[in-house]
Amino acid sequence: MAATPHVLVIGGGSTGVGIARDLAMREFDVTLLEQGNLTHGTTGRMHGLLHSGGRYAVADQASATECIEENRVLRDIASHCVEMTGGLFVKRPEDDESYFQDKLSGCEECGIPAEVVSGREARQMEPHLATDIDKAITVPDGAVDPFRLVVANAASAQEHGARVETHSKVRDLLVEDGEVVGVEVEHDSGPGLRVHGVEGGREEIRADYVVNATGAWAGRIGDMAGVDIEVRPSKGVMTIMNVRQVDTVINRCRPKGDADIIVPHETTAILGTTDEEVADPEDYPEEQWEVDMMIDTLKELVPMLEEARTIRSFWGVRPLYEPPDVGSEDPTDITRDFFLLDHEERDGLPGMTSIVGGKFTTYRMMGEQIADHVCNQFGIDRACRTADVPLPGSEDFSVLRDYMDEFGLRSPIGRRSVERLGSRADEVLQTAGPNPTVCECEGVTRAEVQDAIAQSGSDLNAVRIRTRASMGNCQGGFCSHRLASELHGEYEEPIARRAWDELLQERWKGQRHALWGQQLSQAALNYALHATTQNRDHDPADGESLDFSAFDSGTDDRTTGAAGTDVAADGGHADGY
Amino acid sequence: MAIDSELLVVGGGLAGLTTAVTAAREGVDVRLVSYKQSTLRNASGLVDVLGYTPDGEGPLTDPFAAIPELPDDHPYRTVGVDGVRSAMDVFDEVTDYRGGHTDTNALLPTHGGTVKPTARYPPGAAAGVASDDRDVLLVGLQSMTDFDAPHVAAHLEAAGVPFDVSGVTIQFPGDLQADAKVTRYAKLLETDPATRDGFVERIEANRSGQQRIGLPAVLGDDDHDRVRTHLESELGAAVFEVPSGPPSLPGLRLEDALFSALDSAGGSFETGNPVVDYEGDDRIDHVLVEKSGTEVPYSADQYVLATGGLVGKGIDSDREGVYEPIFDCHVDHAEDRYEWFDGDVFGDHPFARYGVDTDDRLRVLDADGDPQFDNLRAAGGVLGGYDYAAEKSGSGVSIATGYHAATAATEEL
Repeated sequence: MAATPHVLVIGGGSTGVGIARDLAMREFDVTLLEQGNLTHGTTGRMHGLLHSGGRYAVADQASATECIEENRVLRDIASHCVEMTGGLFVKRPEDDESYFQDKLSGCEECGIPAEVVSGREARQMEPHLATDIDKAITVPDGAVDPFRLVVANAASAQEHGARVETHSKVRDLLVEDGEVVGVEVEHDSGPGLRVHGVEGGREEIRADYVVNATGAWAGRIGDMAGVDIEVRPSKGVMTIMNVRQVDTVINRCRPKGDADIIVPHETTAILGTTDEEVADPEDYPEEQWEVDMMIDTLKELVPMLEEARTIRSFWGVRPLYEPPDVGSEDPTDITRDFFLLDHEERDGLPGMTSIVGGKFTTYRMMGEQIADHVCNQFGIDRACRTADVPLPGSEDFSVLRDYMDEFGLRSPIGRRSVERLGSRADEVLQTAGPNPTVCECEGVTRAEVQDAIAQSGSDLNAVRIRTRASMGNCQGGFCSHRLASELHGEYEEPIARRAWDELLQERWKGQRHALWGQQLSQAALNYALHATTQNRDHDPADGESLDFSAFDSGTDDRTTGAAGTDVAADGGHADGY
Repeated sequence: MAIDSELLVVGGGLAGLTTAVTAAREGVDVRLVSYKQSTLRNASGLVDVLGYTPDGEGPLTDPFAAIPELPDDHPYRTVGVDGVRSAMDVFDEVTDYRGGHTDTNALLPTHGGTVKPTARYPPGAAAGVASDDRDVLLVGLQSMTDFDAPHVAAHLEAAGVPFDVSGVTIQFPGDLQADAKVTRYAKLLETDPATRDGFVERIEANRSGQQRIGLPAVLGDDDHDRVRTHLESELGAAVFEVPSGPPSLPGLRLEDALFSALDSAGGSFETGNPVVDYEGDDRIDHVLVEKSGTEVPYSADQYVLATGGLVGKGIDSDREGVYEPIFDCHVDHAEDRYEWFDGDVFGDHPFARYGVDTDDRLRVLDADGDPQFDNLRAAGGVLGGYDYAAEKSGSGVSIATGYHAATAATEEL
């Protein structure tokens, strides 16, 4: 074994990057592999709630306690990813009073600051709440940007020497003498940054220890070494509204149920969710009734949702796990706790541990426990520092200066940029040339896009999750070609074209669940811009070559200017004005 | 007392304006009412007739030759080839557009780096035709993200254009903010000689003998021809604008030209107030226009609905269905809203074909296929049966059906 053990972490969601950061900070040699973009799996498909723990305060107090602890940690180390919106558990007249009281005492027992407010007081905080809301409990829920948080963790891991490979799918586990010794991985476009058109290839990566943090996909990795990991994936729908109808997280105060939360997230509000077990984390039905139920149920809390504009819907798959002997029938009964499965103890297969279950809010704590476990394997005693050292972007609060003047940005755009970049704002926005806005809906400037391209190669979906470009109301209608143009220069035109096509398809996919009213109108406009104005549906660069001579070559005034002006061929002046 | 006219046109886009201009030129007492900004501000300003067949065959060299082969329910089949030609004649008479010298489509460069087939193009775009073999220098502006000249040039090269094309990005002279609107550039080029001179100097510094210079569509607003010809004489080269997305000055210039044609022909128009309702059974007696909170009746002998499609909200939808909001005209559509679209971004989208159905005189039909009213016709995007984005037929259908609706309505007077 090398002096510095090499640990391979599979999975680029919140859990995987949390583990990678922790191990890298404890001076392990770390490689992280992710089959798609960072957040590709469940992390990129959540409602963005930073739990106060209130949701679990009655049924699962251990989880609730962990949540409030980690809620406080993330406010510290990831301030540029977190918006402390506060949360309300609201009670409608038909909701059970005793459950309301249980929620309140549960919060107290778990150390979650909670207070009762009247319906009127709740409406003073959130004027669009239904007029018949009885009362509510305030809790310190918040909103967190999962993309920014994961990218910051990966960046921190890299700063501590980790190798991070995205678009790299594990094809096999290497098992020698009954021990896991590494993986065979297939890179989509070679190792390093993803670039469209670059030949991919397989690589054998040997490691002293492997951590399987692939969540809902954990069973697939287990299968490669013949061990059973029975994750029970459960899907949930989330519907994105075009504006924030509320600025506080709104929870329905009742035991459990679908469609009971609204999370204000950046410029949008996200409605969630459902809980339904699925067989395959990549292939499950996405159904109309689920979207309809979000709106029809949550309008009982916020009536204006009935007529509001939704911009897209997406589904996420929870990587739920329970020990085989529990046997819950209903996925809502499966614990949200996480499990560390040491395959040496469990299956007689040394060299690998899987982590399954768990919640986004406690990703750091899970990372800490896994890293402790890995330390134990090597008899290494080094303390965890991830709760104390801020993530890149959250190091320095002096960023709250007037960036508008400093970077010549219009005020709302400057504010949005600095919120996203945190303490990296200086480094990213300090550019020589003009810094125009590329994505108007989300206020993303060229400098931010270029910064993201430097991190993610020719992958515009990776740029999107870093910057929010193309994630606003128009869903890429106005900015997709601009983003492709930002790639060009660094990358050749055919690469930019492939990345552009991929972005258009990805943006279309999620909108399909929001295609009525305003958003259908927007989709029709986008279609017109991309097909009518840009002719991208019949791009001659993609098809057979055209016979240009068969088309109109203009009228006879071409030897002068197009308008027939009399001009000297040497560029001399005719009549100026 | 109702405000009365012979023909009332509802909608101020290309279809409504063509209807009103055609009728006014025939001496009809016509009034046009429109609500919001028309979708021409989103339009490139190129006037396509037919670039591809509904099966995706194309680019077509001769759009007129392909019309008889279109499906029966296509609006062009209602109007007929001769009707389309007559309509384009009217358009050519009231605008300064080029392309009418031939039936053959032109291929024009787009800000997406492709070329697209179009039947008419504004003089400002004329020197850009891709079948001209003179070399091209595209010049973009650092602070304008909508037109990236080096990228567009590389894409055009990949599309196999028969000329050398290169792209360069320059800084616009002066002190505009990074996010300045296109109208600011246009205004400066129109009014400030120092800006024009600086602009010419910077273009010249990057040019190596190209005889054509392509620029973003910001070359002046009211006086755009003069701005362009001035640049041409200073540079000794043909200058053209590459049309781009909203807000599109070429689209807005076309709108201005048609409003002014309507004015000269004696038509009247008013903008900013929506038509919200109507009275009548077999015939529409009058419509109600909402003005500062009150509903004012507007009556006419004949009505033309030209309120646009899904983009312009002439056709609207909710979770339950697709509908026409003013007269509740029948709009045939799938019951399940997941059947309104295709899974591929450029797939065969049913929503693109949603709209009202008509008889051969463009009278709107009800669900049973009978005229909903004796005196209501439809033109342009509110019509169903064609996918203008895939076919590149939007402008042509608006002009042809606007013309046909006006002619048919005039005959009823």
